Amino acid sequence: MLIESLLLSAILFAVGVAGVLLRRNAIVMFMCIELMLNAVNLFLVAVSRYAGIEGQVFVIFVMTVAAAEAAVGLAIIISIFRHYESVDVRNFRLLRW
Amino acid sequence: MVGVPVLDSMLALVQEATTHERAYVPFLPSWMILLPFIGFVINGAVGYLAPDRRKLVSAVGPGVLGLSFLVAAVNLVLLIAAHDAEPVIRSYWTWMEVGQLRIEAALQLDQLSVMMALVVTCVSFIIHIYSIGYMGEDPGYARYFSFLNLFVFFMLVLVLAANFPLMFVGWEGVGLCSYLLIGFWFTEPAKADAGQKAFIVNRIGDFGFLAAMFALFAYLGTLDFQAVFAIAPRGFEYGGAAVTLITLFLFLGCTGKSAQIPLYVWLPDAMHGPTPVSALIHAATMVTAGVYLVARTGVLFALAPLSMTVVAVVGAVTALFAATIAVQQFDIKRVIAYSTISQLGYMFLAVGVGAYTAGIFHLATHAFFKALLFLASGAVIHAMHHALEHAGEEAGEDVTQDMRNMGGLKAYLPTSFRTAWIGALALAGVFPLAGFFSKDEIIWSAGARGQTLLWVLAVLTALLTAGYITRWLVMVFHGASRVGEGARRYLRAAPSVMLVALVLLAVGSVVSGWVNVPEALPLLPEFTWLHQFLHPSFEAAEHVLVEHMGEPAHVAPLGGGEGTWAVLSTTAAILVVIFTFMALRGKRYLSAREAAEPTGLWRLLYRKWYVDELYDLVIVKPFKALCMVSWRVIDQGLIDGALVDGVAYTTRFGGWVVSRFQTGYVGTYVLIIVIGILIILGAVAL
Repeated sequence: MLIESLLLSAILFAVGVAGVLLRRNAIVMFMCIELMLNAVNLFLVAVSRYAGIEGQVFVIFVMTVAAAEAAVGLAIIISIFRHYESVDVRNFRLLRW
Repeated sequence: MVGVPVLDSMLALVQEATTHERAYVPFLPSWMILLPFIGFVINGAVGYLAPDRRKLVSAVGPGVLGLSFLVAAVNLVLLIAAHDAEPVIRSYWTWMEVGQLRIEAALQLDQLSVMMALVVTCVSFIIHIYSIGYMGEDPGYARYFSFLNLFVFFMLVLVLAANFPLMFVGWEGVGLCSYLLIGFWFTEPAKADAGQKAFIVNRIGDFGFLAAMFALFAYLGTLDFQAVFAIAPRGFEYGGAAVTLITLFLFLGCTGKSAQIPLYVWLPDAMHGPTPVSALIHAATMVTAGVYLVARTGVLFALAPLSMTVVAVVGAVTALFAATIAVQQFDIKRVIAYSTISQLGYMFLAVGVGAYTAGIFHLATHAFFKALLFLASGAVIHAMHHALEHAGEEAGEDVTQDMRNMGGLKAYLPTSFRTAWIGALALAGVFPLAGFFSKDEIIWSAGARGQTLLWVLAVLTALLTAGYITRWLVMVFHGASRVGEGARRYLRAAPSVMLVALVLLAVGSVVSGWVNVPEALPLLPEFTWLHQFLHPSFEAAEHVLVEHMGEPAHVAPLGGGEGTWAVLSTTAAILVVIFTFMALRGKRYLSAREAAEPTGLWRLLYRKWYVDELYDLVIVKPFKALCMVSWRVIDQGLIDGALVDGVAYTTRFGGWVVSRFQTGYVGTYVLIIVIGILIILGAVAL
């Protein structure tokens, strides 16, 4: 079971990375980040079955952080949308040199 | 008041000391130094807070010195009473203690230092009195007196210090005061420049003093006079490189402070200061500090025959060299300034041949007659300035001090005229005035110790001295008046307070020579008194000299005894004075504005052998060029450009390059993060 679980988490992670890299929609990128977090969670749970309970403890923490991040991230995206009426990240390039 | 009980206790002490012989116990030695310092503080405060309280300044300035002089006098009497007393060291606190080095704030009271302190306080007291009249109308009156008091304080520290570093404090302090007082009228650039010139030239000499101190400490491990002189004869090899180097460095310090070749150039320019300052600092006291230093460190010099020769040769050559320049100067003060350099040369000649007493003797007598000459010219300048100003004519320094604009002043300034003659004859070495005894002893000592060449130089200088000082007298006081008709009506004698000082110094110029009547001229029941009195201070040095060089021969290079030569020299001096007087009395001088520059040899002398120009070419110009290189190339180019700005430019360029990655696109950042993680993972995997 372990190999399959790890494979699945790797695939999910890769999909998440590819999504963040390739998509331009902020919401989608955000969801891809969540996907990556959850891929890690899956990996930790899978490994904890063999290596000890700490992995599951970590998962709890990751989920907490992810929830907070979701709240902050979505709030940012909403306020950006109110300003630009768009969530395409190519439009947001004010913060640069 | 403090004064009265102090006076009473002084009298009691003197009485007791003269009645029975007893060990020397210094009388209030620290007060001798503290009093001028108190004067400095009070006058400085007045100068800041209430510059118009002239009466207070006039009382405090000379007053503290009068008291200081009394203390010094009592100490001298006590020392005389206690025959051949050992030096007394009074230590007040430990100034610094670093490893082996322990320096006390300590005073050394012995025959030499107390003698010097007496000369210093006496002459400065008289000059302070004179200054009341001379500087009376100056807006910086209080400032002037505070500087003058501070100067005497430092001079006494220099003279009474018991170790090299404390002496150096005084040494630097008098240099500072000299700078402050030369540039006293600092709003005029020439005067401020003259102050700086003195300061900078003196720094060169001070380097020598410092280097000598370091070397002494490295070799002997102590800087206290008593310890150094006790260890030196065993610690140093006679004529060895170490002691020769140390003494030569010390002498470099002396050439700076005492205006000897090659560092004498600052002294003539120092004449830009007020005239009493020239009299006090640049004739009577500070410039003699070098002679005092050589005499004080006589043991070290005695151990280094090469250094002794250098001192004597430099002294004799400077004496002649400066005397030749004095012959063709027209500034009333510059003639005397060059004369001072010349007389200081005599003193160095004396201490250089090992005749320490003769050097100190000439120092003391010279302090009186040279201060007198300066103050007399001050009275003349004061009168000229006053007259020209009232007549509405230009009254700048170059007009009022040029002797070509004077002449025939004896009718207007009788006291200055008479006292100036006394001072001039004393300088010329005419019997029975002070200069005769002291100068004659120096010339005699040089001859008696086999320095034939130096003896010839000294004799030539003596003749020149009589010549140029007579020329000075004639140009200022005799002949037809070259003061303009308009100004002549306003010529007035100086205020009486100035005349009092002139008379006091004239008395000093007459009597001070009699303290050391040579054995060959039995004029007094007790001869060579000063020699015997100072003997304990120079005993060690003379012992070393006799041990290695033998007793001096008591004959002149051309044969004949001391008495013969004394008579010969004073006759020669009188003849030169009479001859010069006759030759120049009828001569018509053109006023400074009409006069052309002298020609031929005279121009060479008038231009001071072009030494200032030579120094400018050889030292100042290359130094300035070096400064330009340092400034433009090294500082602005290398340090500012390459280093400081270079770092800034590099950082900015680096920042610019990196900032290109901050595109503002989230996608780019993610890509970079991913690439970075891949690289790290790759590195870990490998």
